[in-house]
Parts: sequence; structure tokens; C-alpha cells
Amino acid sequence: MSVDWSWISDHTDDLTTLTLSHLQAALTAVLLGLLISLPLAVVAHRVRPLRGLLLGLSNILFTIPSIAVFVLLLPVSGLTRTTTVIGLTIYTLVVLLRNTVEGLDSVPAKTKEAAKAMGTRPLRTLLTVELPLALPVIMAGVRIATVMAISLVSVATYIGDGGLGQLFTDGFQRNFPTPVIVGVVLTLLLALVADALLVTLQYVLTPWTRRKRSA
Amino acid sequence: MYELFKDLGAWLVNGEQWAGSDGIGTRLAEHLQYSLLATLIAAAIALPVGLLIGHTGRGAFLAINLSSFGRALPTVGLVVLVFLASGLSMWPVYIALVALAVPSIVTNTYAGMTAVDPEVRDAARGQGMRWHQVLFQVELPLALPLIMTGLRLALIQVVATATIAAYVSFGGLGRYVFDGLAQRDLVQVLGGAVLVALVAVVLDLALSGLQRALFRHRPAKSA
Repeated sequence: MSVDWSWISDHTDDLTTLTLSHLQAALTAVLLGLLISLPLAVVAHRVRPLRGLLLGLSNILFTIPSIAVFVLLLPVSGLTRTTTVIGLTIYTLVVLLRNTVEGLDSVPAKTKEAAKAMGTRPLRTLLTVELPLALPVIMAGVRIATVMAISLVSVATYIGDGGLGQLFTDGFQRNFPTPVIVGVVLTLLLALVADALLVTLQYVLTPWTRRKRSA
Repeated sequence: MYELFKDLGAWLVNGEQWAGSDGIGTRLAEHLQYSLLATLIAAAIALPVGLLIGHTGRGAFLAINLSSFGRALPTVGLVVLVFLASGLSMWPVYIALVALAVPSIVTNTYAGMTAVDPEVRDAARGQGMRWHQVLFQVELPLALPLIMTGLRLALIQVVATATIAAYVSFGGLGRYVFDGLAQRDLVQVLGGAVLVALVAVVLDLALSGLQRALFRHRPAKSA
């Protein structure tokens, strides 16, 4: 199975478009997932009875195969990018919710009590004490969700909008491996770069973890 | 919307639909066969690797990065690629499915092994246990919950991906999804998707039930 290099150089514009569209779908889903999971995680963390319900519900959602999720959304949002983004968001939610709850749980009770004793209000404690301290665990979830979303975009190719996944359909229909190989490699590269950027972001956002390690 | 669900219900309970060589019964059996066999092969490869890495501590870098790589690998591309590389036969589908299942099993087995308290391991060695006794009688039972989590995760992924395999002209429940998409028959597409989701949920519940049964007689975890 050899790669047709001239096909790649002839299609650089298409490849750029597909890569950007791929990335846009994945990143939108992760951002939406974060926006939805943060308040849910706070609720799950603070209201014990709801915790099992929310986490259990998200686990069941994760059990449903991605292609089924996309297909089940068809009557709701049709063959559009919206379907792709909603489907991906559902997947990111599972990881983000679990990790954010775990992150909030990992904040020592003493730290929260100290904040309370200093007269810090609950919302302020959440924003300035709990969330920053939970950040390493939350970021671990963001990294998993991002890599997963990037790899899952191509599944949406069956409902007509799969970013780099279109290369798989194209290669399959013409019995021509080059686009498929290029699609797999570009997807892996995107995931790798996104993951590396998130590690850097976490490094910048949590300077105290660095101090602890070097001490 | 209501009409659609009514049609979907009718599609699912239609007796004729279930019988025959291309009925739901056959497709269901095919889907189960692909999923279970692929997961078994993956477990046969991944369990020893994960146990060995966890026991010896060698190759930990591999175990940690394998899961990230496995998550990043686009399943559709992998199935199509192996299919194009090998032509029309059944084994490319198995290769792709096994390749997808191996990382979650290896990393979870490894994670389970590293979660074992080193003092427990030392105590076992101190009692004069040989390495294989430590591995099978101490480490493995303690690591079992996380190993089972890995197996469940792998099975769900494989059931999902077995759907995609129908795209490269094999059977399984994915047939309904892809035939339905080609014929613009939304009821059939949804029927296939619902069945795949049900299989995944039922298999996951079955494995978690098995997990609970396995642990019923074990003492509570120490704090």
C-alpha cells in the first residue's frame, strides 16, 4: 500500500479546509461540554443525592455508540454540523463531568474551611479556591475529552459532516488508500498537537504545582 | 416525531423483520460474534502485557501513552485502511476491533496493578511467596476491579465500532444504519442505532453484574 504523494500536493487546499473544519467541530464540542459540565459538576459535588444520578446518567450516555448518537440526533437536527457538535458534546460531557467532580472532591476540606473562616462567600470560594485547586484534575479531563472528540469527528462522516472523516469515505469509495492514510495521520497529529498545547496551558495556569515538584 | 417513534416501534417488533438470513436475529448474532470474539482476542493479548508491565514496572511509559494513542486513533479510518490493505475478507474487521480494544485493557490493567499497595506486595514477598504467587494470588485479585473496568470500556468501544465495520460491506447491526442511510429510510437507521445501543448497554450491565458476583465474597477494601 503506497502513498500517492502527488495527490497530497494537489489537494493541500482541500486538506487545510477539512482539517480546520475538523478542529472547529471538536473544539466547539469541548467548549460546550465545559460550559455544561461545570455547573452540573458543582451541583453533583455539593448535592450528594444528585451526584449518583448525574454521573450514572452520563455513564449510560457514554455506553451508546457514537454512530448511534449521531443517527439518533438526525430527527432533531438533521444532516448538519449541529448534529455533529451535539453528538460530540454528549461524549465530552461524560469525561468532563466525572473529572470535574473528582477535581472538586480532591480539594482538602481544611482549605475550604480556611476560606470560610476568612469570610469568603461560597461562590467566591468556588471561583478563587476550589476551581483553581481542582484544575489539574479538570485539565486531565479536558485533555481526554479533546483527544476523544478529535478522533470521533470522523464518525460523523456518515451523516455528511465528518471533517477529515470525508477522506475515509473518499478513499473507500474509490479503493484509493492515500486519502485514508492522510486522514488517519492528520487526525493523530491534530490530537497530539492539541494535547501538547493543553499540557502547556495547564503548566501556565497552575504555577503552584511546579513549585511543589521542584521543592 | 410521534409518527417516527410509532414506525420505529413497529419496525422493532415486526416478526418478519427478525427472521431469515438477513433478519434482525442474524444481524444481532453477527454483531455479538464480532464484538465478543474481538474483545476476547484483545484480552488475550492485552491482559498478560498489562500484568507484566504492572508487575515488573518496566514499559510503564508504553502503558501510559498507549491509551492516549488509542483514544486519538480514528476508528473509521482504521477500519477502512485495514480493509483496503487486505481486500475483502473478515479478518481486517477483527484487526481493527482488536487494535481498538487493546489500549484500554492494557492501561487499565496497568493502572490496577500500580494501585496495589506496595506494602501488601512486600508483605507477600516477605512471606516467601514466589513472583508468580505474588502476581496471581495477591496483585491480580486486588487489581481486578480496574481490570474489569478496562474490559467493559473495551467491549463498549468494540460494540460501537462493529457498527462501522458494516460500512465495509460486512454484517452486524450496522447494516441497518448504512442501508437506511443509503435508502434515506430513517426508521431503519434509527432501528439499527437503537439495537446497537441496547446491545452495548446490556453487555455493559452483564459485565458489571459479573464483576459484582466475582467480588461478593471478598473482604471490604481497607481504608
